[in-house]
Amino acid sequence: MGMGAETRKLIAKRAAEEIEFGMMVNLGIGIPTLVADYIPDSLGVMLHTENGILGMGGSPERGHEDGNLSNAGGYPVSIIKGASFFDSAEAFGMVRRGHLDITILGALEVSGKGDIANWIVPGKRVPGMGGAIDLAQKAKKVIVLMSHTTKDGKPKILTTCSLPLTVKEGANMIITERAVLKIESGGLKLIEIMPGYTVEDVLNSTEAEIEIELVRRN
Amino acid sequence: MRKSKLCHLDDLDLLKDGMTIMCGGFGGVGSPPTLIDWILDSGIKGITLISNDAGFPWIGPGKLVTEKRVKRLIASHIGSNPEAGKQMHSGDLEVTFYPQGTLAEKIRAGGMGLGGILVDVGLGTSIEEGKEKVTVNGREYMIEPALQADLAIISCKKADGYGNLIYDQSARNTNPLVASAGNITIAEADEVVDIGQLHPEEIITQGVFVDHVVQSKGVDWKWVWELKQES
Repeated sequence: MGMGAETRKLIAKRAAEEIEFGMMVNLGIGIPTLVADYIPDSLGVMLHTENGILGMGGSPERGHEDGNLSNAGGYPVSIIKGASFFDSAEAFGMVRRGHLDITILGALEVSGKGDIANWIVPGKRVPGMGGAIDLAQKAKKVIVLMSHTTKDGKPKILTTCSLPLTVKEGANMIITERAVLKIESGGLKLIEIMPGYTVEDVLNSTEAEIEIELVRRN
Repeated sequence: MRKSKLCHLDDLDLLKDGMTIMCGGFGGVGSPPTLIDWILDSGIKGITLISNDAGFPWIGPGKLVTEKRVKRLIASHIGSNPEAGKQMHSGDLEVTFYPQGTLAEKIRAGGMGLGGILVDVGLGTSIEEGKEKVTVNGREYMIEPALQADLAIISCKKADGYGNLIYDQSARNTNPLVASAGNITIAEADEVVDIGQLHPEEIITQGVFVDHVVQSKGVDWKWVWELKQES
């Protein structure tokens, strides 16, 4: 929210580094959609959509869009070799059955234990959960991409979520414009600081308790 | 020779106030434009609408919401239709949400003659409130009853006279599920072909699930990405 295009790209690029060879991956709406731009073709990743594509490709060139070939957000996409189409029940069957390696989604709040809230602000904004609960509960790895704080600068990584949950203890990783955090054995670990920020900045803008385990990355 | 299910909407007398209508499509993609306009033109109201989502205000089943024909909506998402949100907050529209995969499977169960499904998606969240639970093989599940409808409306790429259907790419989405869950199902086809023209291996929905086939007049709305390109 309120983040510049370059910051959004930086977060998406970092998220893409979590994706490994041959994985099946679902990308949510917003910053997660941008992750597709940073997944090398050589990884042979199969992108999954809730509306029934396994093997989604990038956006088609202007003028080559097809109204009947879109992602779950309704925007035109393409398909890669080996792709298949199926109905929405099968789309979620493969998720519940445990085939989804990574789901990358946005959130309003995340707790230090990995609880995620992203589908309802009671009395204010009630868009509905769509596939978020299915995905967040059943994916092998759940990565949350979001701004570190609200528009008013309040922490979004909390001791306990104040909003109704999407999933209890579901998130494995949080990537924001300030930091990369891992959630392991019920605790939050700060593993990377994003360019332009300090450990202090992260601690001061996070409510949940954080263990610092910075990893030097190439 | 078998009687063709191809018909004209003017010959069908099926629409009633207060009926339950299930509509295929996902964000309006794969929703049946001609059948939605037919329902709008009929003037019926008080509809219970079962749909993956509320479409957009001018796209798909969203049109029925915008025109205030729907009193109850069963869906997984209404975020793309602010009109649905407004009516929900004013109390004019009652909305019941289910996780998307659960909703799809409840519809499929209705179409496959099952009483419901056992599902654990949403345990630990507000989804489980008021749900009947059962433990099977040591794991806890919610019992989710199946969904059926008085009328199911869907769209497809090709239909033959028996009602066998094939779909187009990601426009398949909820359509095969919805097709099976209607007490009466109408399929709107971009192209109607003779029986025998569809290869048995490619048929996705069997004609036995389809009561009527109508020729589509085509999508009569602009997609969000088209409007963005124009502006």
